Amino acid sequence: MKLTRRHTLMVAFGSVVAAMLPVRAFAALEDDIAAFTGGADVGSEGITLIAPEIAENGNTVPIEVNAPGAEAIIVFAAGNPTPAVATFNFGPLAAAQSAATRIRLAGTQDVIAIARMPDGTFVQASQEVKVTIGGCGG
Amino acid sequence: MAENVKPRVRVPGNATAGEEITIKTLISHTMESGQRKDGDGNAIPRSIINRFTCAFNGEIVIDVTLEPAISTNPYFEFQAIVPETGTFEFTWYDDDGDVYTDSKDITVG
Repeated sequence: MKLTRRHTLMVAFGSVVAAMLPVRAFAALEDDIAAFTGGADVGSEGITLIAPEIAENGNTVPIEVNAPGAEAIIVFAAGNPTPAVATFNFGPLAAAQSAATRIRLAGTQDVIAIARMPDGTFVQASQEVKVTIGGCGG
Repeated sequence: MAENVKPRVRVPGNATAGEEITIKTLISHTMESGQRKDGDGNAIPRSIINRFTCAFNGEIVIDVTLEPAISTNPYFEFQAIVPETGTFEFTWYDDDGDVYTDSKDITVG
């Protein structure tokens, strides 16, 4: 195949678009995290995220978050079209600041949980989940 | 998606004062994410439950904001303190404005 100038340009353009896509998704996640934390530093102690290492079906992946004393826990799926998954706000009658649910994952990616503590600090946990079948249709 | 929505809740029938109990809830709902396309390639509009709350005698236990990444038939498991005899009230808020409720009585003996 002869490599013409048109081909070269198309290949170059294609790779630029491909490089931009994950960056854009990542920026959405950063914006969402900033909206929750207000840009504060995020620690890593005092929060547990339980998720399977391998999920056969991305349509229903069981996860559990636990952050003793937290006011709220927010969960993100870094590789989903919309990264936000759920926000748990704990009231005065919550016996433990923990909750379990089932989420959708579009593919292999990191699941991130961030807890807001009553003193205004934030802690974060994340785990990679390998997904065999994606869960966002399409 | 207001038809065939059925909440299911599991709460123990009785407890001792101040006991920590585990509550499990499930509601049948398609949780259409808005990402899927139908056979003609048109996007299927989003239709999900966007909020779930659990309260005991009016005091909040947990208040959850749901996004489209929550699976079909949203399931939640969490812990609550039972200070006295009373009623757990569960509320789900649908995108289309519908509100589904369920309640369970618990006796402190």
